[in-house]
Amino acid sequence: MPFDYAPAPESRSIVDIESNYGLFIGGSFSEPTSGGFFKTINPATEEVLSEVAEAGQADVDAAVAAARRAYDKTWSKMSGKDRAKYIFRIARLIQERSRELAVLETLDNGKPIRESRDVDLPLVAAHFFYHAGWADKLEFAGYGPDPKSLGVAAQVIPWNFPLLMLAWKVAPALACGNTVVLKPAETTPLTALAFADICQQAGLPPGVVNIITGAGETGRMLVEHPDVDKVAFTGSTEVGKAIQRAVAGTKKKLTLELGGKAANIVFDDAPIDQAIEGIVNGIYFNQGHVCCAGSRLLLQESVADEALASLKRRLTTLRLGDPLDKNTDIGAINSSMQLSKIEELTASGEAEGAERWSPTCPIPDKGFWFPPTVFTNVTQAHRIAREEIFGPVLSVLTFRTPEEAVAKANNTPFGLSAGIWTEKGSRILWMANQMRAGIVWANTFNRFDPTSPFGGFKESGFGREGGVQGLGAYLNVEDPS
Amino acid sequence: MDNGTLTSRLHGLPGVDQVGLEGRAATLATRSIKKDSKIWAIDTAISMVDLTTLEGMDTDGKVRALCAKALHPDPTDSTCPAVAAVCVYGDLVATTRACVGDRVHVAAVATAFPSGRASMDVKLMDTKQAAADGADEIDMVIDRGAFLAGNYAKVFEEIVAVKEACGDAHLKVILETGELKTYDNVRRASWLAMQAGADFIKTSTGKVSPAATLPVTLLMLEAVRDFADQTGTRIGVKAAGGIKTSKDAIRYLVMVNETVGEDWLNPDMFRFGASSLLNDLLMQRQRMRDGHYSGPDYVTID
Amino acid sequence: MSRVDVRKTHKLFIGGAFPRSESGRTYEVTDSKEQFLANMALASRKDARDAVLAARSAVAKWSSATAYNRGQVLYRIAEVMEGRREQFISEVSDSEGVSSRKAGAHVDAAIDRWVWYAGWADKYAQVIGNTNPVAGPFFNFSVPEPTGVVAAVAPQDASILGLVSVVAPIIVTGNAVIVMPSSSRPIPAITLAECLATSDVPAGVVNILTGAPAEVMPWLAEHADVNALDLTGIVDEGVAADLERSAAGTVKRVRGAAPHADWQATPSLSRIRAFVEVKTVWHPMGA
Repeated sequence: MPFDYAPAPESRSIVDIESNYGLFIGGSFSEPTSGGFFKTINPATEEVLSEVAEAGQADVDAAVAAARRAYDKTWSKMSGKDRAKYIFRIARLIQERSRELAVLETLDNGKPIRESRDVDLPLVAAHFFYHAGWADKLEFAGYGPDPKSLGVAAQVIPWNFPLLMLAWKVAPALACGNTVVLKPAETTPLTALAFADICQQAGLPPGVVNIITGAGETGRMLVEHPDVDKVAFTGSTEVGKAIQRAVAGTKKKLTLELGGKAANIVFDDAPIDQAIEGIVNGIYFNQGHVCCAGSRLLLQESVADEALASLKRRLTTLRLGDPLDKNTDIGAINSSMQLSKIEELTASGEAEGAERWSPTCPIPDKGFWFPPTVFTNVTQAHRIAREEIFGPVLSVLTFRTPEEAVAKANNTPFGLSAGIWTEKGSRILWMANQMRAGIVWANTFNRFDPTSPFGGFKESGFGREGGVQGLGAYLNVEDPS
Repeated sequence: MDNGTLTSRLHGLPGVDQVGLEGRAATLATRSIKKDSKIWAIDTAISMVDLTTLEGMDTDGKVRALCAKALHPDPTDSTCPAVAAVCVYGDLVATTRACVGDRVHVAAVATAFPSGRASMDVKLMDTKQAAADGADEIDMVIDRGAFLAGNYAKVFEEIVAVKEACGDAHLKVILETGELKTYDNVRRASWLAMQAGADFIKTSTGKVSPAATLPVTLLMLEAVRDFADQTGTRIGVKAAGGIKTSKDAIRYLVMVNETVGEDWLNPDMFRFGASSLLNDLLMQRQRMRDGHYSGPDYVTID
Repeated sequence: MSRVDVRKTHKLFIGGAFPRSESGRTYEVTDSKEQFLANMALASRKDARDAVLAARSAVAKWSSATAYNRGQVLYRIAEVMEGRREQFISEVSDSEGVSSRKAGAHVDAAIDRWVWYAGWADKYAQVIGNTNPVAGPFFNFSVPEPTGVVAAVAPQDASILGLVSVVAPIIVTGNAVIVMPSSSRPIPAITLAECLATSDVPAGVVNILTGAPAEVMPWLAEHADVNALDLTGIVDEGVAADLERSAAGTVKRVRGAAPHADWQATPSLSRIRAFVEVKTVWHPMGA
């Protein structure tokens, strides 16, 4: 290979990781009452990055109490104009510290630095910037002349876009006048803890944002806490259902953003080179750890062979390796647990008769890795066509007509997103109209914006994040009864 | 081939989504090329330069200076590769050939470059003269007026005729993408040129803005890739005009690498039509060699 | 011996630069006690003509910037204004004859007003635009687009708060503006121009012509390359009516005179709505 790209690592020196972190409650860091800590590692090297606190019941209670106190005494009394200014400060601080946060995200999550630098961080800043501007304009949002906040929001977020998921939760909550207790995922706590530092730099009143680290138990205690007014969860459908059961019978407002098994539909008249990019972006971006990933490729049968040949050729230029290398396309799988899940499902794919293919991919010795993989001859009945793999694994099915594409795309308990590739505008709109999915991407995929509402139909969850519709999750919008 | 059939073929090619194409070019432009790979890329880029002067005020003196530069771009470093070709107007081919001998190629623009607005007879005469004077390569322009008016057959026939008039010389067909405007047009013009016998397809004359861009060149690389898949014939690509820095040039090489692969990473299959680019490549080469930034005093003005 | 200060020359703000009036004329501005403050440039018809050229050449790029980008640029202006808070306060205090404390409240309100409008950049389309459920298999949507070049007159009092309240809603949607600030209290407008010149606002998006609206506005009201007028600061009803009549010659959009509005009150969306055009698009939906 004459043109081998030399290693181009982003420097780690921009980040200062403490050896351990406490819980961020009431504006400062404190030791957990139970005294427990757990490690967070770099999934690309298995190196321990830091130890973070495990919040126990007393810690959860303290955090909720701090959020309640801040709500009652400060935040709910503050004008929208002033809340806006704090959130604008946070947005600008994130922009200033973007490189540092991107490197930290890559170290803790395993995603390529190019993605954390060019996708995650700009969106994080944009979410805070957009929502800052709503804080003093809620009367224009269509929720009545003086919409009120809910109170204390309990927010539990996943490991796939740690800081971005934090932004999606915290920004609207604060803009609408609520205070927050947020639990980041146990494998990716570090950027949330850096965010706590940003809250301090912004001068955010203590207790408005509280960050408590921990695992499933901590999350359960948090969402079940009786003094929480609102619960927001992004994560697996299984846990989402458990949370929905847990808040049943209470007055807590709930929004859920769960799994997906999106159909990415390519017609014979698709702009084919861009469609191939869209397929690749749809399932291999972020190692496929994306709830709205285009994990089911529906190819129009008349062009399937040609499209697959182009796709496979394209996959040979994907670079898997050190996430801190600026040329890496595919980073590490976030945890050994997730890797096992991916391996189990891909094994089932082979066992059930689908044909498996991967480009030749040198795999590093340490860390958790899975090469980009394509399964062809997949049908709706295969597990790999029904269950969310949450990894860089694409299942390819075929269809003959637009109606069949719609039927197959909708034939799933999930309903988060869908992609449509065709040059014909009327077909895009006709299909979009029939897709039972909360987000439809036409001739593009995995595009996100704070102004654009995100959320699912069916078992992919309910409620929207972003846009005017997203504000409703954090406002008291019930009629007084 | 009659215009109807040609139209069906060209209009049946897959469409191009502008946003998607430009997005892909932008992502490829984020590749970070350092150390050994950067040194290799700079030397390769130098060896792919068609060092160009196409001005009304060109003289023998100017051409001689350019030829000397082409053969020994860096007077402080004899390990620096020579460029691929010197590119001049047809009436200066003889002078150029006398200066460079066989050591670099002589490329001539022809067919009423840059506008292409002249009779067929004039355009063929222009071509034949340049070939007779010793041009290895002829860079022709397509009739953009005919293309935009849908007269594909005329464009096709002109290319066929010019190719014949070239004799042994290689034919580069300039699409003038800045006047074709849409990416769909560029895809169609690329296929038309390749089917008519082009050895190279070239983005621009450099006299119209925008000239070469990363997205338009990416599209042309995809076209030559698909053409090679379909026919087995490999056509070269030349990006000309507006490429000023080494950073730009390396981005083009990355695009070639990841679209058509290493078989195109040589001067027989990829060229840069440029003038000021060469000095920037030389300064970057000096930087990699010496470990500090260079300056305009350390490269020649010709 | 106290230090002898360096006094400012006050010029026009056109196309991102600070030229003198091509007429070479100036007029005197005094403080509330009739003490001399400065000579201001007295804008002429040709300055107005140049300002329209500058504004028109800025519109294409400014209106095609993303809403996010425009919001960022406007927020940045507020950051720069905040840095010059003391300067604004002293100028408002001198011009309007109010205490530093009152001037401070006035300036703070102006900066906060600017932040308020910055936050609208990526939202007004969601509130003013919509999809329309037409009775047929068509996707139909309405989007607000900037009208283009707006000529505006800022209020005669409320030297900075009134000016900001007129200018910000015009440019947040992608328009470019030629604004005449208060003729008796123009100095804060020049400080605002300096803020604009040192933030990321593209040249020509805001152009400031100090002088006499009664002299210059008729030229702008008739100018065929001005799309809309904002007559907020015109006090004389007869002058306002004449300008409205002139505007009819090219069917300009006109927002009428409102010289004594309550600038402290939270605005509605009407100043944003006034300078956008709504475009509605139809597309069939069919396989």
